[in-house]
Amino acid sequence: MSDSGATVVASALRKVFAGPGGKPLAAVDGISLTARTGELTALVGPDGAGKTTLLRMVAGILAPDEGELHVLGIDASKEPQRIQDRISYMPQRFGLYEDLSVQENLDLYADLHGVSQAERRERFGRLLAMTDLARFVDRPAGKLSGGMKQKLGLACTLVRSPDLLVLDEPSVGVDPLSRRDLWKILQQLVDEEHLSVIVSTAYMDEAERCAQVFVMHQGKVLADGTPDALRQRAKGLTCVVAPPEDTPARDLQARLIDATDAIIDAVPSGGSVRYIRQPDADSEQLARLLGGLQPKDRPEELEDAFMMLLRQHHAEEETKTPAPDVLSDKKTAARHDEKPVIVVRDLVRKFGDFTAVASTSFDVRRGEIFGLLGPNGAGKTTTFRMLCGLLPASGGHLEVAGVDLRTARAKARARIGYVSQKFALYGNLSVRENLQFFGGAYGLRGRALHARVDAVQTQFQLQPDAISGDMPGGYKQRLAMAASLLHEPDILFLDEPTSGIDPLARRSFWRTITALVQGGVTAVVTTHFMEEAEYCDRIAIQDAGRVLALGTPREVREQAGTGHDADMNSAFIAIVEQARAKGHEAGAEKAA
Amino acid sequence: MSRSGFMQRMVALTRKEVRQMLRDRSNLAVGLLLPIALILLFGYGLSLDVEHSPVAVVMDDTSPAAREVFAAFQGTPYIDPTWAPDMQQAQRRMLAGELDAIVRIPSDFSQHVANGDAKVQLLLNGVDSTTATSVEGYVGGALATQALKMADRAGGKAGGGGVVVQQRMWFNEAGISTWYLVPGLLVLIMTLTGAFLTSLLIAREWERGTLESLFVTPVRPLELVLSKLIPYVVIGLIDMTLCLIAARWLFEVPIRGSLTVIVLASFLYLVVSLSMGLFISGVTRNQFQASQMALLTSFMPAMMLSGFVFDLRNVPAVIRGIGEVLPATHFMNLIKTLFLAGDNAAIVLRECGILALYATVLIVAARRTLRKTLDR
Amino acid sequence: MSDFIALLAQIAALCRKELLALLKEPSSRAILFVPALMQALLFGYGATYDLNHVPYAVLDQSHGKASTELLARLDGTGVFERKANLVSPRQIATAIDGNDALMVVSIPADFEDKLAANQPSPLQIILDGRNSTTAASAGAYLSSIVGSYNQSLGGGQAGITVERRAWFNPNLEARWNIMPALIAALSMLQTLLIAALSVAREREQGTFDQLLVTPLTPMQILVGKALPSIAVGLVQSTLIFLIIRFWFHIPLVGSAWLLYLGLFTFTGASVGIGLSISALSLTMQQAMLYTFFLIMPLMLLSGLLTPVRNMPAVLQAATYVNPLRFGMSIVRRVYLEGAGFGDVATDFIPLLVIAAVTLPLAAWLFRHRLS
Repeated sequence: MSDSGATVVASALRKVFAGPGGKPLAAVDGISLTARTGELTALVGPDGAGKTTLLRMVAGILAPDEGELHVLGIDASKEPQRIQDRISYMPQRFGLYEDLSVQENLDLYADLHGVSQAERRERFGRLLAMTDLARFVDRPAGKLSGGMKQKLGLACTLVRSPDLLVLDEPSVGVDPLSRRDLWKILQQLVDEEHLSVIVSTAYMDEAERCAQVFVMHQGKVLADGTPDALRQRAKGLTCVVAPPEDTPARDLQARLIDATDAIIDAVPSGGSVRYIRQPDADSEQLARLLGGLQPKDRPEELEDAFMMLLRQHHAEEETKTPAPDVLSDKKTAARHDEKPVIVVRDLVRKFGDFTAVASTSFDVRRGEIFGLLGPNGAGKTTTFRMLCGLLPASGGHLEVAGVDLRTARAKARARIGYVSQKFALYGNLSVRENLQFFGGAYGLRGRALHARVDAVQTQFQLQPDAISGDMPGGYKQRLAMAASLLHEPDILFLDEPTSGIDPLARRSFWRTITALVQGGVTAVVTTHFMEEAEYCDRIAIQDAGRVLALGTPREVREQAGTGHDADMNSAFIAIVEQARAKGHEAGAEKAA
Repeated sequence: MSRSGFMQRMVALTRKEVRQMLRDRSNLAVGLLLPIALILLFGYGLSLDVEHSPVAVVMDDTSPAAREVFAAFQGTPYIDPTWAPDMQQAQRRMLAGELDAIVRIPSDFSQHVANGDAKVQLLLNGVDSTTATSVEGYVGGALATQALKMADRAGGKAGGGGVVVQQRMWFNEAGISTWYLVPGLLVLIMTLTGAFLTSLLIAREWERGTLESLFVTPVRPLELVLSKLIPYVVIGLIDMTLCLIAARWLFEVPIRGSLTVIVLASFLYLVVSLSMGLFISGVTRNQFQASQMALLTSFMPAMMLSGFVFDLRNVPAVIRGIGEVLPATHFMNLIKTLFLAGDNAAIVLRECGILALYATVLIVAARRTLRKTLDR
Repeated sequence: MSDFIALLAQIAALCRKELLALLKEPSSRAILFVPALMQALLFGYGATYDLNHVPYAVLDQSHGKASTELLARLDGTGVFERKANLVSPRQIATAIDGNDALMVVSIPADFEDKLAANQPSPLQIILDGRNSTTAASAGAYLSSIVGSYNQSLGGGQAGITVERRAWFNPNLEARWNIMPALIAALSMLQTLLIAALSVAREREQGTFDQLLVTPLTPMQILVGKALPSIAVGLVQSTLIFLIIRFWFHIPLVGSAWLLYLGLFTFTGASVGIGLSISALSLTMQQAMLYTFFLIMPLMLLSGLLTPVRNMPAVLQAATYVNPLRFGMSIVRRVYLEGAGFGDVATDFIPLLVIAAVTLPLAAWLFRHRLS
């Protein structure tokens, strides 16, 4: 191990790719940074900031165009193999061998890293317990759910304690429980083995656990320092306000976030709205916005500082997020129509002797945002696929807009929009080509098609000529959303739409959804960002195929018994853990 | 890295490749089932030797002499003569694709036979020119024999001088096409299991993104290449054994060269075609393109330009030059010699040398495509 | 009516996307058309059974006028190329074994004497049987030269002369036989693969689900997937056709319309098979390997290299499900024989049956094949 105190030293590092239209695009544009030994270092930044490119250079699989990069004291451009012998790297999309089982994948990486049998036994046990994969060791990796794959990829990376651990967004699509366990392990490795870790993440609560944070934007470092130092930037600007009894928090949040000259950022949380005000905000205007509500100050967080940094930076380039106008105004607001548009009764789905969804029932009413939450492998995606008619149910009854989409006529499908968990548009086509195709498939043509394509492109700030497969993850998500909204569907199914996209894009995404719902659209959403559950009218928490809780966010928080103003994250963890404990007891009783 | 590290990684990677190969039945279908199907097809199904070719005989002359000619056609196994009442009917049948040829015996045939200047018209269906040429030969042969008989009977000036050709075909006395198709099949099958199956291997890892994680481990590029070769070498050797067994006992093709040399040469070629597939795979990084390239650069030429059915000596120099560049051509020449002619030190050394050179170059090239970088 | 137009517009959108995905990158464009062109040229020259250069060696122990004249005739053909003059019989084996000569002509010392005595005078030829087809042709050709030499001697046997005429291919060139067949065979190779990958790729990349939640019906997806593959196949066929017609100057006897009708039907049937494979496969790898598994027997059992009639009855029966056999038959017969629709109608039936089974099967499998 190098005792110089620094694991990664970069100076004036540059990496240029051919962008759309053949223009050179500097993904990393003159970055200089130092990551210290035995510490957690975080890279945060919006999509396309250059985090992945930087980490790939650190891992020695991309050669820098300019500048110097030393990893563990070794020149990364000269001797990448020596670095690769000593580090572990988890790419954004961990390449699991899908036809090999969980155990075989782990064994492969253990062998490649030369982990001894004795070491392995102890380590595998811990990793499998942490990732909750112990039940699935014999299952082919390809048959795992998206989040479980991510966890297995992480486990494969952690088969040994390297001199440096490089993680590229390790927790995308990972549920809060596993995320908590993952960070517990990382912290443990740092504490006990003085492991050096460099990690990129979209979760600010994760960055907050790190010793040093670099905020990146467009290939440059905007700011760096300890989380405490960075937090100071938002000092005195952070407040929380509770909406009137009869208004959902998200309506107030929408009003606040649209007023960009007074408010930097606003999110619903625990039934209230947390916001950051502009330092130079006119107090009268603020009071008008809040309409007599009394805000309270709250302690500033890293996310606040991050949002400030990005908003300031964005303000220089583009004025503001255009007001959501995703639907033409043919839809009339019909909020909370009592008739349910989605009816699910005792829905069951089995794969062989494995029950993915067990007697699940819920209704979704028109104009509602319905959140489906649950740990990885809880059966959310399976439920989604059944609702969309992609998978036949093994039992039970389901109805979307009055029909079962699996057997309904093709036209019925024109009423829904679907965004799948994994990017599922044509990667080698450009943004415009993808949109034109899906518009055409939904029966749009001629001028109407053009108008809609232009509208969603502007709305989601998409470059028409960019090749969709080459775009950063967040832009892919936006494109997927855009494609699903082209035909102005009545019902939207969104399976982890915000996985892997930065907080800024997430705000604008939810602003779009709330606007759509105000226009009468119904949305069913899964997410692993528990704070996003606050945007939902009602949520269901699923685990092991069963619904554990169903109700408004407030009701669910109450059921969790974690206290009235606790955040959704802790409520979620509490509910799932209570249910699992009960399950264990029941199992133990049965055994006895 | 230590030696044991190398071994441990090789074992791990090879085990992974074997598992992946065995888990997907389509691999085994192409690797094992297809060769068996091809062996049977080639052995039984494909023959360039014409037999029972349907020929219509239009007899404008019904004299005994003419009828003897008809009988002479019946006497050869190569031709199935049928009688046709007139030319129109025969031509209709030929147009309908029922006939390979029409033989017309003119009305003055018997008169001319007596004079020794008889003529017979032969109308061939040239669509299948190979069959047509053979039929021409058989018809001519039958007629010549018949003419001799007639001349004998006439007690004329038969037995006169002239050059008599005594033909001997070495290595394949009976001229059976199976004898040279089956050794050639070995080449095809080695090419197939080699280039086509392996052409998917690296491309698949690029497409599925598995290489990025694999790169940042102590793994060396050469280890990746070798571990991918090993399972398919085994498949190739099984196929080779199947081919040899089928050749020897099913089709009774003689194996005149030494078995050791044959196995050694096949192994060399196997490595050549496997690394060729890997190289293609690594260059294209795309399964579709890789499979197309493999088909177009290795398999189709091996079938068409290596001297498998079409003799390279018959083609223009440029095409022959292209053929000579193909490793398959050299192995084809070598294996046909080894099967039918026996060990010929000069040929064995030369062709094995060329194959070994190809093997080395291609392995190095494949290794280079696996340079551990995402830069192109 | 407007519903119908909407239906077509949806299909058109799908076709457009398929073509874009296929043709967008220069490398994939190249891979679709360049190889077809190159192969047509290469095989046009390379795929021939016709003798061209027969390297041979002579062991002339007679050294007489007769042997010299006979050898001059051989050399005068332009086909036989004398590579060596041997001096001892022991050299024969070296010449043949070492691939230096395909044929050795051995003229005994008493060759001239016997001829003069009006006795049969034997002439030995030794052929390299490693390619027995070429060897046999060379032998036959040599015999015919010797025959005409005999006739020039004035003696000769009382014989029956054969007056040969060949229909459809006056010089009996193998190229005329093989090239039109390639119009069907070469394009099938790639159309089958394109069709086979079209659904499998979408399944592997997850886009197929996105397609299935749109209002497109399985029939529309089928048509939208089949038409681009057929179009690519027909363009390839056209390229090869043009090369044959204008580079190799093989005249098209029949109607171009009928040729294309035949090609369309044939490509349709091939695409049907490809899409069925595709709908059954879970990954691109499977689709490719299964396609390849099929292509080989389809090629071999089509009559491309060896006539179907030479096959055993069982295999001949198996060729009835092989679209290439009938596609090739239609192309060859229309191209070379000038066959009319009535003549080749029976070849259309199996193709239509194959298409009628495989296309709906593929459409059904789109929705019912579960991962």
